[in-house]
Amino acid sequence: MPRRKGAPEVNAGSMADIAFLLLIFFLVTTTIETDAGLDRMLPPFEPPNEEPPVIKQKNIFTVNINRNGQLLVEDQLMEISDLREAATKFLENGADGTCTYCKGRKDPGSSDNPAKAIISLKNDRETKYSTYITVQNELVGAYNDLRNREAQRLFGRDFTDMEAEYLNPETPSNVRDDLKDKVKRIQDMFPQKLSEAETTTN
Amino acid sequence: MAKFTKKKDGDLPAVSTASLPDIVFMLLFFFMTVTTMKDSSLMVANTLPNASEIKKLEKKDRVIYIYVGTPTQEYQKVFGTEPKIQLNDKFANVDEVGSFILAERAKKPQELQNVLTTALKVDKEANMGLITDIKQELRKVNALKVNYTTYEGDAFNNLQ
Repeated sequence: MPRRKGAPEVNAGSMADIAFLLLIFFLVTTTIETDAGLDRMLPPFEPPNEEPPVIKQKNIFTVNINRNGQLLVEDQLMEISDLREAATKFLENGADGTCTYCKGRKDPGSSDNPAKAIISLKNDRETKYSTYITVQNELVGAYNDLRNREAQRLFGRDFTDMEAEYLNPETPSNVRDDLKDKVKRIQDMFPQKLSEAETTTN
Repeated sequence: MAKFTKKKDGDLPAVSTASLPDIVFMLLFFFMTVTTMKDSSLMVANTLPNASEIKKLEKKDRVIYIYVGTPTQEYQKVFGTEPKIQLNDKFANVDEVGSFILAERAKKPQELQNVLTTALKVDKEANMGLITDIKQELRKVNALKVNYTTYEGDAFNNLQ
């Protein structure tokens, strides 16, 4: 019995159509944008019988937002646009003189050093979320400004830039290892202590 | 002369479409790799506030989303116009947030369970009372890493 020569050739003319169909499907379902936002750590939930740590009043920078979106900073009314500067001044005050890189006024009534300085943020239940985010943004901005300044002085580039590169998963690992120490060093110079829990004072 | 006349009466040579599938496949693979399927549709108004000091939320598999905002038009008759929490595809109360986080965390692979971030996508018109309650719930289940998702922009635009 004579065999047929080879398999018959499959018509590939409709290949493009099939591919187009798939392409259009993925085009429609695609969302490329990645989300971005303010990263924050919440304080751990402590059992109520535990004693909260005692912190000196002068090391706490209190920020209160009322229901109308007005700010009470260290018991004084303040505009949100002035908040960043006030927070920066507080953080790098350096009253006890241990902070060599601080350029503050060393006011004895303000924070001892950046490691001890705590920003306490309280809000009313009626405060609008957008106001709260603006305040958070300004406070994080104050930290970033100081960190950027020190990073520029030590490594000649912005801290936020270095951190973004460090956190980017596409950065090669040898670059990341190098950045890790630098990022850590800057973070330790101005540790972010932004409390949203109730802090007791004496 | 026969050669020239022949060329004259012939039409334009057809463009070869043999490489068309290749081009289309290339595009297809591009879109396949960048696609993320939307798994829940929004039932709340969700205009995020602006912020400038933002960080990108990398690795979507490590993120749990919580939406807050006023219900959209079609749900307002049933759920009212006060801001509500949306977890996956349904509205929820504050006390359900904790169990939702635990359930979502259990679904993730073991090695990711400790590095999860909770992304709070909150409408800018919402009140902080609800957010404070959510934060309290998150603290109870030890989901401490949060991200207030915002648009990139000048934060002072929020105040207008």
